[in-house]
Formats: sequence, structure tokens, C-alpha cells
Amino acid sequence: MSTASDDVTTPHDGGKPHRALEGAVIRFSGDSGDGMQLTGTQFTNTAAVLGNDLATFPDFPAEIRAPAGTTFGVSGFQLNFSSRNIFTPGDQPDVLVAMNPAALKVNLPDLKMGGILIINEDAFTKQNLDRAGYDDNPLHSGVLSHYRMFSIPISTQTDAALKETGLSFKEVQRAKNFWTLGLLYYLYGRPLEHTLKFIEDKFRAKEDVALGNRLALKAGYMYGEVSEIFQEIYDIPKAQLEPGLYRNMTGNVATAWGALAASKKAGIPLFYGSYPITPASDVLHTLSRYKHFGAITFQAEDEIAAVTSAIGAAFAGQLAITGSSGPGIALKGEAIGLAAMVELPLVILNVQRGGPSTGLPTKTEQADLLQAMYGRNGECPVPIVAASTPSDCFIMMMEACRLALKYMVPVFLLTDGYLANGSEPWRIPEDDELPDVQGHFLTEKPEGEFHPYLRNEETLARVWPLPGTPGMEHRIGGLEKSFTSGHISYDPENHEKMTWVRQEKVDRIANDIPLAHVDGSREGGKLLMLGWGSTYGAIHQAVNLARAEGLDVSHMHLKYLNPFPRNFEDVLRKFDKVVVPEMNNGQLRRLVRDKFLIPAIGLNKIQGKPFKVEEILACIKRELA
Amino acid sequence: MVTVADNSQVKLTRKDFQSSQEVRWCPGCGDYAILATVQRFLPSLGIPKENIVFISGIGCSSRFPYYMSTYGFHTIHGRAPAIASGVKIANPKLNVWVVTGDGDSLSIGGNHLIHALRRNVNLKILLFNNRIYGLTKGQYSPTSEAGKKTKSSPFGSVDHPFSPASVALGAEATFVARSIDRDAKHLEEMLAQLAAHEGSGLLEIFQNCNVFNDGAYVHFTEKDVKDSMQLRVEHGKPFLFANGTKGIRFGGARGFDPEIVTVGEGGVPLSEVAVHDETEATGALAFMLSKVQPPTFPMPIGVFRKVQRPVYEEQVHAQIAQVTKARGEGTIRQLLTSGETWRVD
Repeated sequence: MSTASDDVTTPHDGGKPHRALEGAVIRFSGDSGDGMQLTGTQFTNTAAVLGNDLATFPDFPAEIRAPAGTTFGVSGFQLNFSSRNIFTPGDQPDVLVAMNPAALKVNLPDLKMGGILIINEDAFTKQNLDRAGYDDNPLHSGVLSHYRMFSIPISTQTDAALKETGLSFKEVQRAKNFWTLGLLYYLYGRPLEHTLKFIEDKFRAKEDVALGNRLALKAGYMYGEVSEIFQEIYDIPKAQLEPGLYRNMTGNVATAWGALAASKKAGIPLFYGSYPITPASDVLHTLSRYKHFGAITFQAEDEIAAVTSAIGAAFAGQLAITGSSGPGIALKGEAIGLAAMVELPLVILNVQRGGPSTGLPTKTEQADLLQAMYGRNGECPVPIVAASTPSDCFIMMMEACRLALKYMVPVFLLTDGYLANGSEPWRIPEDDELPDVQGHFLTEKPEGEFHPYLRNEETLARVWPLPGTPGMEHRIGGLEKSFTSGHISYDPENHEKMTWVRQEKVDRIANDIPLAHVDGSREGGKLLMLGWGSTYGAIHQAVNLARAEGLDVSHMHLKYLNPFPRNFEDVLRKFDKVVVPEMNNGQLRRLVRDKFLIPAIGLNKIQGKPFKVEEILACIKRELA
Repeated sequence: MVTVADNSQVKLTRKDFQSSQEVRWCPGCGDYAILATVQRFLPSLGIPKENIVFISGIGCSSRFPYYMSTYGFHTIHGRAPAIASGVKIANPKLNVWVVTGDGDSLSIGGNHLIHALRRNVNLKILLFNNRIYGLTKGQYSPTSEAGKKTKSSPFGSVDHPFSPASVALGAEATFVARSIDRDAKHLEEMLAQLAAHEGSGLLEIFQNCNVFNDGAYVHFTEKDVKDSMQLRVEHGKPFLFANGTKGIRFGGARGFDPEIVTVGEGGVPLSEVAVHDETEATGALAFMLSKVQPPTFPMPIGVFRKVQRPVYEEQVHAQIAQVTKARGEGTIRQLLTSGETWRVD
């Protein structure tokens, strides 16, 4: 058996037969310290550069390092890559990598019958089997006979490959994820260059670790080539994607970049007030790196200071954004009401997670729609937009900024944990494809008596005069304002009028957003699947499959949830039945029923996991039966 | 973006700072005196009024911005220091004042107060301490004395109070001072020192609520007791009161317990009286001043602590300037095409 050397990049494929596949779904799973997120991300980036379409689903525990070997410490990363357009990370993996018994136990139920199972047999010790709750060793008990199992001593192999490096046992064992990645690269005919470059950049300061990881990667690849465990290797050709320049994009990075782009486009410096919270913290991390874009990130003492500092920044003329997840949004409620009352632009990002209370911090859910819609005291309408895919977070953040600045209102942007951490290839938009984000500062005192609630007749937006401008000194605050003077007013009729103005301002946004798009039949039909947010991929694919079978079903996906698009009701009424798949207990369904008295039906999944295509397809068939 | 004119000397008067709004505090409220003193004082700064911002939370004192003809923001309960931080970070050229009360800043907003002080955001915080909740009509506050009978403590409060100055010092404030609503001259002097300080500063102002806590401070503010019960501290000067006949020295078994001594004839020489140093390294001296009070000691007023530390928003902008200089100003195109990309034809 040959050993890996450090001087070649991608070794030979061993002359085995190649078989072309349309695509594959791989799930890497292991202990939360096994580096499965990194392994998955590396495979993803290599697939992206090779031109596959792809979608990913990282799934990790809330504990940073849960006790080793336990089922609740299992971390997973699922990747669907294909030569065709795909919309979800896949329902069932074709390949499951299980680095220990707990990972096998948690993930095996999802693996396709007859699927490939790659196991680190070194980890199947009595202790680990006990921790995972296995009475018998599944490698020998016959429970895995329905799968194509490759049981490999990955720890031993890594150890052998790295024995000359002088790295400690612990450091060597840490490299076994790269060994596993190398093996998978072999199986899918992937070059190593991308990951070799990553190792070089990432471990620049630790040369011995870099060497260890390189050797492990190559050794895994070589093992595939020479050990004869695989009879064939798989080719997954490039996908037919729209021409253009592409990059891989995760939702949280897209969200942060959308904020930077909005700031640059408007020429207004960005202020991001935030308090660390899962799964929104990566937006703060990302923005804090872009000081040369003039972005100010303020890590506040709490969620309330995060939003109120942003409101202060808006008062002083910055593009103000605060980001959090459900529990943090709950704390910001009063301040969002203040922003609505003083009519200052503010974007509130909610990267939703399972709730209520602390809930499921690392799992996804869409259960904060009604919180965004109603979660404040008094009559306090706030526009709401939502992203459908990881890369869509970019445009929708820009949209949220555009609306906030144009209408002088707080605007909610809803994403979720699935979008935040998921990734997909993204065609980089041209300048003219970006939303027109503009601030409307009042720089000179208008004729006559000045007051801060002078309004634009079309948008009803109030003026935005900045502190520091002579002649327009004014006071704003949370007390009700007189419509005409902006002074404090307790007048009953005035309060009703101002309540109406704040509502009307939000309602008029409907004139400024795109009509809702229908995939399928625009003329109506038997069944409409109505979705919003991260369920886009699963619904889209299920509807496509159903239509291919000749079923009369269409798909409408909302990106604007308050106000609804102008054509929304018309579209709904053209269909006999409306089904709303949501990762909550029926929140959009409730809004639709409430607003239009349309008896929308729910398809609800509240498990902290995204929908599978088959779950939605089954629902379509049920409703059309 | 708006650019703020230099704060070049402009001639303004007290009247220039009065807004058109009718002042609506209870007749006899200590807030009137503070408002008048602030309006009288501000012209001395020579700052154009468009560059001045007053930010408040909720409570009687928080109505303050409505009565000033500067920029103003009457926000929500307890959050004024956080909103003011946002304003100051966004535009460091503005002269930003926070007006707050003992309930607003020490109870519901305690967290924001301590962190604004810790960061050293250049905010001028005026804390009107009347030791009572006034706007909600008379409940005990975090500075109310234990045992106080109020609407919400009919049998006496079992809450232990704290001193705003102690809290500020614990929060690493770079400027901490105390004054009294009715002592316009002293208050104006404290405002001047606060305004001149580079960094965040807290000025506690004893303020009389004549409706719900009348006379809370008379035991050291009335004419007949003022001299004997106030310790007016000044940097570099000995801790003397009662017309210089009494002083405070450090002694006791540990050598640092404050004790009242008679100075001069029949007492100790002046050299034994402790001398105030507002820059003392540990802050212990200032903390002692924040803690001692009648009846055992006279009430200290004046600047307890004044030290220099880098100002938060200046560092924020310096970092932005530094990174921008090193990397060049970012553009949207550069952002979107950075890192790994590939072309599909």
C-alpha cells in the first residue's frame, strides 16, 4: 500500500470505472468536536467551484462541546450537490458518514435504504457504544445489512499517515476529519486543490498542523484509491446555471453584505447594534470585519441597548440596523414601538430559531411572524419582509433598508437558522439589479414654521432633519404627537388620526413592492401552496414534482408579509384550495384567514427541522385526492 | 451626510435655549432651578445650539428636552444612555447630554448607565436624584432611604439604597460629581467641569420633589445647617467644613477610616486633614466621598473623581480610519467579488 506524500496535489484516481450521477446527498456526522461543519463546508466549496448546484444544511447542538460520544452532542452537515438545479439540501442522504456510534444512532433513520454508510470503526468502543445507548455493536449485530457499509479504522489510518509529523496524539486525531474528507473526495472524483489552499491559508501560523491536515487529506484520498473498498467512483457533472459570476453564499453572510451594500448604495454609514445570540451572531462577526466600509458595529450591553443605540444612530443620520433572534426581539419590543412613534428608519433582523423562551437555539423555526406583526403595545404596524433562500437574504436586507429609509419606519427582516447557516451558489448581481436604497435627509429648513412631522404626501414619510443642522432644532419622543406641529398632544381625535397615519404609511408600501409571483398556473386552479421564508426550496421542488405528475398545483411564495402584495388576494381567490406549509403552528395561515376570510389549510412542522420535499408532496397528493 | 460646523465661539443667551413649550413640572419642583441653571450655563460653552442634543428617558426629569430649544429626544424608560451612545457614536461632533432620574437611570436603566460610563462615551449625564418616583406618584426608588413609607411601602421600605456616585465609580466612570438643585452657583461650576471633561461624566444633582418627598435634603441644604453639614470638595484642597473649623482625616486602627476632627485651636493642625485628589489611582478616595453622609458626616458635594481615559467613540472612528487607510475604502463590487468566485458561461 502506498503512503501519501506531501508533494502532489490531487493524486491519481486509481483507474477505477467512473459512473455518472445526477447528484448526491451526503451527510457528515460526528461529535461536536469532530470538525464535521468544517468538513462539510470544504466539500461544499469544492463542489461549488466545480460548478455543481448545491444546498447545505448544517445541524449542530446548542452545546459547544457536549460530553463526547453522547447523542445530544452529535453535529451534522448535509449537502446536496447536483448537475441539475436543486432547491433543498435533500430529504434523505445517499451517503452517511458517522464518526462514532452516537452519530450513527442519530442519523441512521434518515439514510436511504441501500445508501452508503462510512463508519469510523475505531470509535465503536464499548464506552462509546454505551454512551450512544447501543446494547450490541451495530457493526456486527446485522442492523446495518440494508446499507452498503464501509467500516474503516479512520483513527488508526490517520495515525499511521501522520506518524512522522511529530504532532501529539490529540492533534493527530483532530486531523481525521480531513482524512475522511479525502476519502469522500476520492469517491466523488473531486480535486484536492481547493482544500489544500484552504489548509494553507487557515493554518498559516501553525505549519505542523497544516502539514498534518494535508497529509491526512491525501491519505484519505489514497486509501480510497488503493484499498479497493470502492468498486467505482462517481462523476457529478456541472449544473446548467444562468451565466454569470458565482460565489457560494450562506444566509448570515448574505444578510451582513446586504447591509453593507445598502449603506454604500445610499451613501449613509451603517450602524449595527447587536448583542450576541444564536443563530444571529455571525452577522455581527461578519460586519465587524468591514470597517473599511465605514460600518460601525456596536456590541451592546443587552438587546435593549442594541436596538436603542441603533435608534440613536438613526436620529443622528445613520443607516441603523439591529439584529437578533426571537428572545432578543421580545426584549426590543418597546423600543421598536418608539421607532414607529418617532418615525425613524430602523431595520430589525430576526434570525428565527425554535421557541418560545430559550427554545431550540440552534434549530430552525418560523414562529416569530406574529411576533413581528403584533408583538408591541398599542396599534403599532411594522412592515415585514422575509428571505426565501440563503442568498436571497442579501437582496431582502437591501429591501428592508430601502423601505425603512424611504418610509421612515422600522422594518422587520425575517430569516431563520436554516437560511442563516445554509449555503447555495449565488450569481453575483450586477449594479443595476440592486434595490435603490436612498436616504432622504432634510438639509435646509423649509419655508415657514418648521416642525419635524412635515410629511411627504405620497409616502407619508416624515422629514429627516439631522442634529447639527442649524434652524431645525426639534424634539421628538415617545409621547403622541400633534399631526400638525409635532408637539406633545393628548387630543383624542389627533391620536386617532396619528394611529391612522402610522397604519396608512405601512399600507402604502404595497404600491412600492413587486406583485406576488405564481409558479404554475397564474389563472388559478385546484390547489395553491402558499409559503414564506425558508420553506421556498422544499415547496418549490414538491410542486415541480407534482406538476410533472400532472397534478393541478401552483406555488406562491411571499417575500413581503406586511403589507401583502397588491395582487395577493386576487391570486388566493383563483384557487379552490390554499395550503400553507409553515414551520410553526399556522401563523401566515392565521393572517390570511383573518384578512381575507379565506379558509386556508395548514401544513405545519414544528420539529426544529426544515420540511422534506416528500412531506409537502404527500400533502399535495392528499389535498388533491 | 450632514457636516457639523466647528463649535466656534457663538454668542447666545439663556433665552436662546428656552423652547416654546410651557414648562409643566409641579410648582415648586427642584427641576425648575436646574433647568434655569442649565439654560444660563449653556451659552458659556460657545457651542451653536444645533450641535447640542438633550436625551432623556422617562420620569419627571425626562421632560427636560422639551423645554430646551436644542435638538432633543424624549425616549423610553431607562434607555437614554444607550440612545445617547448611538447618537454620539454616529456623530461625535455633537455635544450630547443625558437627563435622567434616580428611577430611570438606577433602576430600570441601571445596565445602560454603567456600560455607558464603563465605555467612556463622551456623554454628559445629569442625574436628578429626588429619592422618589414622582411621575408615578410616590413609590420608593433605589436611592430612597430604608424604612421609607411610600405608597408602595406603607410599612416602610425594606430595600437597601445605593449611592449613584458609588455606582458610577464602580462602573469605572472617569468623571463623577455631585451638586444641589438650589445651589445655582455650585451647580453651574459642576456643569462647567462636566462639560470640559473629555469622556463620560455623571453629575448627581440632589433635587427636591416638593410633592412626594419634600424636604429630603433640608438637613444639609438649609441656611442654618449648610456650613456645618456640607463638605464642598475641591481638587488639591483639604476636606474642611464648618467654616474651616472642622475637617476629615484618615485614621482609626487601619489608618484609613475617615474621622471628623476639629482643626486649629484645641484640635489638630491643618496638615493632618486629608487633601482631595480627584485623580487618586484606585478611586478609593472618591468612593469614600460617595459613601459618607449625614448624620455622621457632612454631605460631600463637588467633583469626586476626574481622570483621563481614551474616549469610546473616538476609538471607534480611529479604528475605522485606520482600517480604511490600510485597505482602501470598500465598494459594493469589491465586496461581492471578494474571496472565491467562479464564472459560468
